[in-house]
Amino acid sequence: MAARTVLQHADIARALTRIAHEIVESNRGTDGLVLLGIPTRGVHLAERIGRVLDDFAGPSVPIPVGALDVTMYRDDLAHTRTRTPSPTRIPGAGIDGRTVVLVDDVLYSGRTIRAALDALSDLGRPSVVRLAALVDRGHREFPIRADFVGKNLPSAQSERISVRLTETDGVDEVVIADRED
Amino acid sequence: MRHLLSTATLSRDEATRILDVAEDMADVSTREIKKLPTLRGRTVVNLFFEDSTRTRISFEAAAKRLSADVINFSAKGSSVSKGESLKDTAQTLAAMGADGVVIRHSASGAAAVLAASDWTDAAVVNAGDGTHEHPTQALLDAFTIRKRLHGAASRGKDLDGVKVAIVGDILHSRVARSNVWLLDALGAEVTLVAPPTLVPVRMESWPARVSFDLDEVIADGPDALMMLRIQQERMRAAYFPTEREYSRVWGLDDRRLASLPATTMVMHPGPMNRGLEISAAAADSPRSTVREQVANGVSVRMAVLYLLLAGVSEAA
Repeated sequence: MAARTVLQHADIARALTRIAHEIVESNRGTDGLVLLGIPTRGVHLAERIGRVLDDFAGPSVPIPVGALDVTMYRDDLAHTRTRTPSPTRIPGAGIDGRTVVLVDDVLYSGRTIRAALDALSDLGRPSVVRLAALVDRGHREFPIRADFVGKNLPSAQSERISVRLTETDGVDEVVIADRED
Repeated sequence: MRHLLSTATLSRDEATRILDVAEDMADVSTREIKKLPTLRGRTVVNLFFEDSTRTRISFEAAAKRLSADVINFSAKGSSVSKGESLKDTAQTLAAMGADGVVIRHSASGAAAVLAASDWTDAAVVNAGDGTHEHPTQALLDAFTIRKRLHGAASRGKDLDGVKVAIVGDILHSRVARSNVWLLDALGAEVTLVAPPTLVPVRMESWPARVSFDLDEVIADGPDALMMLRIQQERMRAAYFPTEREYSRVWGLDDRRLASLPATTMVMHPGPMNRGLEISAAAADSPRSTVREQVANGVSVRMAVLYLLLAGVSEAA
């Protein structure tokens, strides 16, 4: 099986720093920003982007970072084994009237993001919703695109893209491999 | 998990998973929009052959918060009172497309009969069968204990070393049976306290200690004291001389309440006989978890319905 590392630790760090800069540019500052990561790895990416943003805004005003679990809103629940949901954590100030940036590791069919938008509308009414993804691998099945992309990675559907992060996997890397079947 | 019939078959991991999912469900109940689209298009039938408003509305609220359609079927005024059998009733419901059946029956084992039969493909949740089991009540009790002990950090935790005393009518209590198995699976130490007449025979095999002295158990400082309802409707003999005597020897009165350690929580599955097994002061004190138990009941039942009905059956 041919596995190829496409992003290493330094590449991921640079991509996240660039995404953070682009978020500040499009938002014209950090006012009203809320970062919501989609479990599991999106949450850690959101926290990392949040730390970069805190360096701009100064330590006195930390950017609110939370987690948005979309399990209960998925459209494939009836077709797979029951998934165990992860906790949703919405920062204290809420999301009403704010600019919410959803953060996910891989953007693929777009179905996860569709579920996330549904979940978001049950939690409040943000003024703007943006999407940041570390990897965009194409093959969209919904009219959804990312506003901030770490790396565009054209891939075949037969390939498997794995994002591994220190927090969950002990190492920072993005690996592309043939599916193991 | 295909059905939930008993807590005796739940492993520690399975039980913890249900409680963890219930934590997420409890978060939903604190939101402005207390609804998830998860079970849209699924049908849950509440099949109640025995009166129970509290359990039924708890299951109904749980199913509705998950967007399932709910059909309530109560035996009174239905074809059951005209002599229809459980089999015919179940087949009728199956023909109506039930995905889940929540069954309450006065006969021990009724839920297991329904689950083992080929009358319906629906997932079966035991909501109380005779004097046998009431698994969701035990799950909500365990959830309540865990929440009181660990608060927001409850996820993933078991009940290792937690001391729970269950007091009263053990003989007729399906709540006690379900709790003994579940609490043991989660690592808690269970003590049953009851008059000798209300202790079932052959309970040496149960993973619990038996005591006939409530004051001694209280002096031991349990983390949770669970008072059971005296089930007069099931009593066909004189198990104790008078209610006053029961209350004095086996009830949580104001004197015993005062002697409880500050950290002990007082639980009751409801409905309470105030002044019999529990005094009004004990029921309304800050250490009483009675109202939390009701709220947690909805969260736990949401978790069970989600795990049984949302995905492709794991056993299939």
